[in-house]
Amino acid sequence: MATRAGTRHRFVTAALAAPAALWMLVFLVLPFVAMLVFAFGRRAPEGGYLPGFTFEQFLNLPARAAAFGNTLMLAPAGALLCLLVAYPVAYYLAVKAAPRHRLVLVSLIVVPFWTSLLVRTYAWMYILGSRGLPNLLSTIGLPDLRMLNTPGAVLVGIVYGYLPLMIMPIYVSLEKLDRRLLDASADLGARPVSTFLGITLPLSLPGVMTGVALVTILLLGEYLIPQLLGGGKVFFIGNALVDLFLQSRNWPFGSAIAVTLVLVVVVVLTVAMRIAWRFAGTRRVDLV
Amino acid sequence: MSKLPEKPISAEALTAQFMRLKRGSVSRRHFLGVTGLGLATAVLGRTGSFSLEAHAQDLGSQMSLATWPNYHDPASFEAFTAKTGVAVEVNVFGSNEEMLAKLQAGGTGWDLFVPTNYTISTYAKLKLIDPLDLSKLPNYSAKTETARFTQEGVIDGQTYAVPKNWGTTGMAINTDKLKTPVTSWKDFFELAQTEADGRAMVHDYQLTTIGSALVSLGYKFNSVDPAELAKAEELLVKVKPHLFAINSDYQPAMRATDAWMTMCWTNDGAQLNRDMPEIAFVLGKDGGEIWSDFYAIPSSAANKAAGYALLDFLMTPENAVKEHIANGAPTTDSRVLALLPTEVTSNKIVYPDEAALTPLEFGAAVTLTDPARAEVMARFKAA
Repeated sequence: MATRAGTRHRFVTAALAAPAALWMLVFLVLPFVAMLVFAFGRRAPEGGYLPGFTFEQFLNLPARAAAFGNTLMLAPAGALLCLLVAYPVAYYLAVKAAPRHRLVLVSLIVVPFWTSLLVRTYAWMYILGSRGLPNLLSTIGLPDLRMLNTPGAVLVGIVYGYLPLMIMPIYVSLEKLDRRLLDASADLGARPVSTFLGITLPLSLPGVMTGVALVTILLLGEYLIPQLLGGGKVFFIGNALVDLFLQSRNWPFGSAIAVTLVLVVVVVLTVAMRIAWRFAGTRRVDLV
Repeated sequence: MSKLPEKPISAEALTAQFMRLKRGSVSRRHFLGVTGLGLATAVLGRTGSFSLEAHAQDLGSQMSLATWPNYHDPASFEAFTAKTGVAVEVNVFGSNEEMLAKLQAGGTGWDLFVPTNYTISTYAKLKLIDPLDLSKLPNYSAKTETARFTQEGVIDGQTYAVPKNWGTTGMAINTDKLKTPVTSWKDFFELAQTEADGRAMVHDYQLTTIGSALVSLGYKFNSVDPAELAKAEELLVKVKPHLFAINSDYQPAMRATDAWMTMCWTNDGAQLNRDMPEIAFVLGKDGGEIWSDFYAIPSSAANKAAGYALLDFLMTPENAVKEHIANGAPTTDSRVLALLPTEVTSNKIVYPDEAALTPLEFGAAVTLTDPARAEVMARFKAA
């Protein structure tokens, strides 16, 4: 009887997991395997892929060192900037704002997300173009500034585009914060700053970590914002991949870069998360 | 055309048929037939040399065209849709390589596209395009075309592509902003690093960007010599920090005066100069590109009937002339040339003196497939 129930339980579990497993197999594992196979092949004379087994694509990786460098610098920098802007907003929403205003304020952050990122990024092209902000600034006597197609413009676009993804997880973790802890801290004579550093910040770290991870991972594959606000000059790995598949038609080299990117992301994130969680873990133990 | 209605259709019957059409329970063709609208449209739409033949087959309601930025008169497509009921979706590209990559990957959904002269032999070799059925293009006239601009559309006696227009790749200069005269690609790249620092654009396109850099160094536009390509790459990488952008859609930046100087195709040069006379269009004394763009139908096209219909529509001189006036590129067809107003034919941007064209070269097929050129371009952008 018990074994039959056990069998049925296992069957139900397998049945429930099957769609997700199939999905992962078809849309994640198989493409990755295809990419791996391509990465060891050769470029066909007119472009595309010729089967083969060669490491020449991987040996050619240094030719995209600048793109890797840009991505690995600008993605964390963008995530950090996002965090600096997002944290006070999330804090205000969760802790300071009156509960009856909260819904409206949260919608104000989410609603722009309903418009395509492409359209919102185009808007920034006009704001940062010489008839936009620079023109406005020159009327108050500032020299002719060039903003569009600079790394700064790309960062602005990144922060703007990804801000809600950072605010929401932090907001959620701050909202769950037990206010009595803050009162207790104040009762025990802690000043607001030390209450924030000792209680609020550590307790919101899961949200911060989720936000940083989410934004960083998405940024590592970013293509659109550098293309539009960087004028094709600020180059991310995403742009290198688009070029290799859509211009040079060098599928094997593109695959090699994509495989490498996946590996770099997995390694960097695993290490970063280990360190971050250890830090967060000890702080929480101290508190309880 | 389906059987004609006995008498004019009543309002209720028309509404009912229209709702059936909207629900998809009848075809558009059936709808046009039973309501009499098809005949009405065909009669009203019948102008010039248009034959009813073209409308007799089912063209569907949608087709897709792959072309270049700012390359058509939007009114042409509106007129085509009004005439045939086929809506035209327009996709724009920045390079022939991008078009080829999409066609190689498959599933483009294009029914007509606009490749440049040097790519056609490769498309035909890869069987991405088939020979055109010229009987479906009654308005195309091979004998009034200029052989110099049409020859690459014909391979082994078979016509794979018919010309849209020809043109050149020169430089557009905002003369209000830049005082130093520019007459060559050598000047262009020098000025990009000095007076036009942060204000110059090059195409996101290997043929013209590498080709012009090669020309500025005294080499051939189509060179695939590794040593010469290395020199060109060195120059481009050196110039890159001074550029405003690497983008083939340069009109917006030139119009906003974000950019003051750009690599520029004839048609864009004519459009910019028409709206902003301070923007001059200059051909390199040291060389550069002369080209012709063609229309071809991908062998994978889902709606070839509509592709042929639009192509024939655009080949009709009365329609082509409007395209040329709006687009600003010179025609290859003497029938169209005869219809163009003198202010177009006397425009030196559109129809330069023959002497100015002498140093220019047509793009060569080898540049499309040469891995070294592709990689030089990609490294320049990634640098």
